[in-house]
Amino acid sequence: MKERYEFTVDGHTYLGADGVPVRDLPALADDTERVLAGYRNMVLARTFDAKAIALQRTGQCGTYPSVLGHEAIGSAVGQCMAADDVLVPYYRDHAAQFLRGVTMTEFLLYWGGDERGSNYRDCPEDLPVAVPVSTQCCHAVGVASAFRVRGERRAVLCSVGDGGTSKGDFLESVNVAGAWQLPVVFVVQNNQWAISTPARIQSGSRTLAQKGISGGLPSHRVDGQDYFAVSAVVAEALERARTGKGASVIEAVTYRYGDHTTADDATRYRSADELRRAWEQDGVKRLQTWLYRQGHWDEEREQAWLAKCKQQVDGAVSDYLATEPEPPTAMFDYLFETLPAELIPQYQRLQRKAEGGDR
Amino acid sequence: MSEVTLAEAVNMALHHEMARDDDVVVLGEDVGTNGGVFRTTAGLKERFGFKRVMDTPLAETLIAGTAVGMAVQGLRPVAEFQFMGFIYAGMEQMISHAARMRNRTRGRLTCPIVYRAPFGGGIHAPEHHSESTEALFAHIPGLRVVMPTSPRRAYGLLLAAIRDPDPVVFLEPKRIYRAVTQTVDDDGAALPLDTCFTLREGDDVTLISWGAAITETLQAAARLADQGLSCEVIDVATLSPMDRETLLCSVAKTGRAVIVHEACRHGGLGAEVAASLAEAALLDLQAPVVRVTGYDTIMPYYRNEQAYMPQVADIVEAVEQVVAL
Repeated sequence: MKERYEFTVDGHTYLGADGVPVRDLPALADDTERVLAGYRNMVLARTFDAKAIALQRTGQCGTYPSVLGHEAIGSAVGQCMAADDVLVPYYRDHAAQFLRGVTMTEFLLYWGGDERGSNYRDCPEDLPVAVPVSTQCCHAVGVASAFRVRGERRAVLCSVGDGGTSKGDFLESVNVAGAWQLPVVFVVQNNQWAISTPARIQSGSRTLAQKGISGGLPSHRVDGQDYFAVSAVVAEALERARTGKGASVIEAVTYRYGDHTTADDATRYRSADELRRAWEQDGVKRLQTWLYRQGHWDEEREQAWLAKCKQQVDGAVSDYLATEPEPPTAMFDYLFETLPAELIPQYQRLQRKAEGGDR
Repeated sequence: MSEVTLAEAVNMALHHEMARDDDVVVLGEDVGTNGGVFRTTAGLKERFGFKRVMDTPLAETLIAGTAVGMAVQGLRPVAEFQFMGFIYAGMEQMISHAARMRNRTRGRLTCPIVYRAPFGGGIHAPEHHSESTEALFAHIPGLRVVMPTSPRRAYGLLLAAIRDPDPVVFLEPKRIYRAVTQTVDDDGAALPLDTCFTLREGDDVTLISWGAAITETLQAAARLADQGLSCEVIDVATLSPMDRETLLCSVAKTGRAVIVHEACRHGGLGAEVAASLAEAALLDLQAPVVRVTGYDTIMPYYRNEQAYMPQVADIVEAVEQVVAL
């Protein structure tokens, strides 16, 4: 007799691309203040994004990765996390990180070439953005292991992109998360593109969520432009994690509307037509439509909020531009807790050069 | 107080620190129930439980990276790689995260991790089990690289490495894991992480070495003493940051230096030592600095491993060469 082993990936959508619910919305949709706060944060992230790109284009910021298309995921994630959970982000988590307490000034400092941008004042346990793709997944299971060692009822949320699921770091982390029943939720932000490599040649997997099954984890696929779907599924997964029921993988399918970073030009490898069709799925517009129809939001409030976003972003930009660089000797100050005697001559040499104005 | 081997001294230090500090955890392949393939973690799981002594999946990237996540939460992970030949999958995590976390968060998050790995040849091990690639790690800013060569130094340096607030790569010369025993007092006294150890004083030549090659270096010094040559033998021990001061002082006295290491020559740490002597002690030197090292070849399989590794006669010959000048 032949044995069969079957596994499933559940898919979730609540809000259609036209902003009309395709099924009964989850209970959290009744919490108007929460939904409005989520929406406002999406608009803020989008406003920030436009400004950061403009700063880069005018030589006032370094290479910067756009958040366009990831606002719904980020807002939902940021709202679902408890203050004492830990976020292990990747580099398109602006919306989640804003809600966690990372300031826009810190963001600009980081992408503007200043290490102080990762010294998050208001979410001191969250990890900084990981640039080497997928490496953060291992940190996430480490943080979750620390919670387990100490018996703390806290959860870790780890973001990774579609390309990141091809790497061993992700697969090794998913594997151990299942083996050790760790309190961690992996959110795979599948925006269809890893720089120029489309998802269809990134993996032969029909879904990326099913990679979670390899570690024995409950695995879900959600519409990543659907604020309600991401919120409902992430909230449940975090609660599972906090209550000792183990890890989950959630693939949130979205689209990267921008270039990979400001150093990229996506017109080289994808069509205007594809991009235009993708914009029809836009999660910000989708939630806005729903809010308008519900009477929770309108054009007047929209304009007032946009003005406020602009004001906040401009304030952060001013603070960023007014921040003096650290002295060059800072490169030694955080290398070790105490600078080894062996390195003091190098430090002194740099200090002399800096004081002599020879930088 | 008891007579222990280097491997047992590692085990003693792990027991001591785990008992002293609840934040110390041990992770790696087969470190728990099995007690480690070299028995260095024997008894830890029974005493401290599976939550603090973790048998990991067979995944070196994970071992290196999960230690980073544990450490930023305030634990002090001691992560074991079963052999140095398998450490390379973990290097991205060590270089791009463990070594940089304090710097990239401006001190907000830190990585007090010890990455342990047995290394080096001479035990008739299979392919990939015998290399000495310490230079790869010593090149990385933010990592300390430490190498004990006796039971007492293994105990004291491992305590220091675990207590250190930054990541330490702790490389254990497996050829001498059980070569000698020494009385080691389990008194919790750590040794400094920034000093060489002068194992033998002498006036004619300074022999600078580390790892298992210390054994042959000391034997050569003894043989040369019979010939009337007085060699100072220094175990560098802390390869990065390196205590150049002790080396320079010794060479100022002897005027001659021979460097002995098992690793291959090109780009090895012997070159770093030689360059430091050339930069800072040229006028003290009465002869060129000479290196006795492994060849710039792939480490041969064990039938030929002795031919690769520096022998006592090689060291004696090098010393005779520098004193002849």
